[in-house]
Amino acid sequence: MRIDWTSYSAPGLHDELVGPGGGARVAGRALSRYLTELGGAEIGVRQQAAELAIKAMGITFTVYHEQGGSIDRSWPLDIIPRTIARKEWNRIEAGLRQRVAAINRFIDDIYHEQRIIADGLLPISIIASSRNFRPNCMGVSPPARCWAHICGSDLIRGADGTVYVLEDNLRVPSGVSYMIENRQVVKRVFPELFDSAVILPVDDYPAQLYDMLAALSPRPQDRPEVVVLTPGIYNSAYFEHAYLARQMGCELVEGRDLTVADDGCVYMQTTRGAQRVDVIYRRIDDDFLDPEAFRADSTLGVPGLMRAWAGGKVALANAPGAGVADDKLVYTYVPDMIRYYLDETPILPNVPSWRCGEPKELEHVLANLESLVVKPVDGSGGYGMLMGPMSSQRERAQFATQLKCAPRNFIAQPVITLSTVPTFVGDRLEPRHVDLRPFILSGPSTYVTTGGLTRVALRKGSLVVNSSQGGGSKDTWIVDTEG
Amino acid sequence: MLARVAENIYWLARYLERAENTARLISVNANLLLDLQRGYELGWLPLVDITGSRHVFDAQKRRSDEREIVEFLLADAENPGSISASLNSARENARTLRDILPTEAWEILNEFFQEFTAQLPAGLNRRTRYEFLKRIVLVSQTLAGVLDGTMSRTDAYTFMLLGRNLERADMTSRIVDVRSAQILPAATSDLGPFQTIQWISVLRSLSGQHMYRQTRRARVSRVESLDFVLRDEEFPRSCLFCLRQIELCLRTLTRSSGVLDTLAGAHRFLSQASFAQLDQEGLHQLIDHLQVYLIGVHASIAQAYFPALPGNARSPMRQSQGQDGGSTLPLFADGH
Repeated sequence: MRIDWTSYSAPGLHDELVGPGGGARVAGRALSRYLTELGGAEIGVRQQAAELAIKAMGITFTVYHEQGGSIDRSWPLDIIPRTIARKEWNRIEAGLRQRVAAINRFIDDIYHEQRIIADGLLPISIIASSRNFRPNCMGVSPPARCWAHICGSDLIRGADGTVYVLEDNLRVPSGVSYMIENRQVVKRVFPELFDSAVILPVDDYPAQLYDMLAALSPRPQDRPEVVVLTPGIYNSAYFEHAYLARQMGCELVEGRDLTVADDGCVYMQTTRGAQRVDVIYRRIDDDFLDPEAFRADSTLGVPGLMRAWAGGKVALANAPGAGVADDKLVYTYVPDMIRYYLDETPILPNVPSWRCGEPKELEHVLANLESLVVKPVDGSGGYGMLMGPMSSQRERAQFATQLKCAPRNFIAQPVITLSTVPTFVGDRLEPRHVDLRPFILSGPSTYVTTGGLTRVALRKGSLVVNSSQGGGSKDTWIVDTEG
Repeated sequence: MLARVAENIYWLARYLERAENTARLISVNANLLLDLQRGYELGWLPLVDITGSRHVFDAQKRRSDEREIVEFLLADAENPGSISASLNSARENARTLRDILPTEAWEILNEFFQEFTAQLPAGLNRRTRYEFLKRIVLVSQTLAGVLDGTMSRTDAYTFMLLGRNLERADMTSRIVDVRSAQILPAATSDLGPFQTIQWISVLRSLSGQHMYRQTRRARVSRVESLDFVLRDEEFPRSCLFCLRQIELCLRTLTRSSGVLDTLAGAHRFLSQASFAQLDQEGLHQLIDHLQVYLIGVHASIAQAYFPALPGNARSPMRQSQGQDGGSTLPLFADGH
């Protein structure tokens, strides 16, 4: 049965495929026509085929359980792609480049002169109270003065069509492997579509990542030894660690494979003896990276790694301490950073934010809790936040107490009603809310993924897209409508 | 390659080979029992000894009948030598090797593990058991083919071959041991015709009956069969052949002289053994002896190439293995 788009409606929302008049937006025209002809039942068949393929390919993510340890779950993919016109994407990409350039300048400034503070744009208290500021990074100059080599920024689109940056993940952002695998699966189930529409490829990422990492090597003359450092198979993103290592042809190492020798260099234990490591793409948080420098009880890290890094004997990506900018309070200053460091006008806006640490703004937040989202500044994965409109009186009262105790730890934002994309539910397409996580690579040069990972809240009306909380994902198409 | 990864790929290969050969073991026992005259059969309990899992079996206080023992060997998660546990360990190791293994290999193993779990009832049913076991062997062979056909000949491949051949040598010797346990008075003449049938069963369980006929051109006899499965220079499941493969692998590695010495001892022992005068007890002892040599080879590989780790820091994919398993040595699984 043909899809009847007149019964698909997303009143008051911005739908990424269906425009206000009920017709498809320009980037989604071919897709919309195709889906209409295919009909609900056939889409269901393709969805099942995709789920089987995912199971067979072993595309998984790990969920922790309090009792049963951890289990592997199949990666949730909704096969209806999310489309973005290339022209719009070009603007977003420019905005991301600009943003990450400013963030890298900021991190480097913080660990050196701290000009931005001296010039009064940022209060010193923000750094002093940041959990991710690492005093032992002071004075270190990593290659190309670049700190956040891999950044995953979360973008959302509001009801009026504006694309905002919601947060910048600078510690160990994950999801890029699913972006690539989603495309593989969707190509398998919708091969016809790739003949008719100009959909830009996404699979260049691992090669770009490798080139960026190799360029950081302290021994550029040789073929550098690049490794991926994982906490191990019980980490929720282990699949991705293994995936990227394999795609790049690098060793996937654990902390116990590495040692820092007397010459200050890092070595891995191989079947042919010790071998020097030049670049470590680490997927372990700062806290666990080096028990000598950070948490002494960490068994995941490598004793002495910070010394080796600070001495320029090994490159770490991301650099330790880069997380200082991965703080939602620092986030509120990114547009100022762009003006300050680059002397440019920000291309992509932030979501308007109130800093609870400032008394006047706290007052406003406390008075308007039921209409705001309040977030811990160092949280991720959607944990520990208050969704005002869905909260009870009691939850708000509890949260207000927390806010008053530690206002620095929170920011508040208006509820942005995320845009929607048609999503297969039962036997039909219904609108579901999405966000988008592109990945930006920075080194001697910058690269932005073509699109990114679209996450979708599968529950009707839900705005929570995190895969750990029942979210799904979609393939993201940057469609060239002119070429 | 990383020492830890070398160890994981070695164990992946061992667990796969173990699952395959345990399936062969169950198969050959079932066939032997069908061929035996009433009154001579020892039943299924010898398999528990031969796989070195008597202590686990006894601790579970199971009945020692066919149903219970087959379930124990096929599906028992607590029995580290069961096919189910071997496949699970293989998959867990493969999971840590996803950056090393060809994608198809992981897909086949992952899919088969799910199929195996879903189809287990068929394996426990006498009527469908044979097909179920055959499928395990086939998938293991398919995987071996994918690995052979797609892996570059680097150290990763070498350690895979080392694991596969060491485990195969060990399990082939155990399959022969079934035969030594299942048949009573060796010299009793009225068992003659059954003897032949039973040795054919052993050969068939190793997929060796055709190769035997092609190269030996003789009727199947006890001495010839033993010589074929333990010492044939050309048959890829014979113990001696596996030892030769291990030697070739070791020669591509550095720092292998210690392991080669240990291996030479095993080789000498096997070459010099005489099968003609062996009674059943003597055969059993010879196999035990051979297994001690194989354990020695494993220990020197581990010492030369695998990470030396403090006891509790070992990766979780290594099965712990209890101590003595009755009259036959336990399947060794721990790196130490």
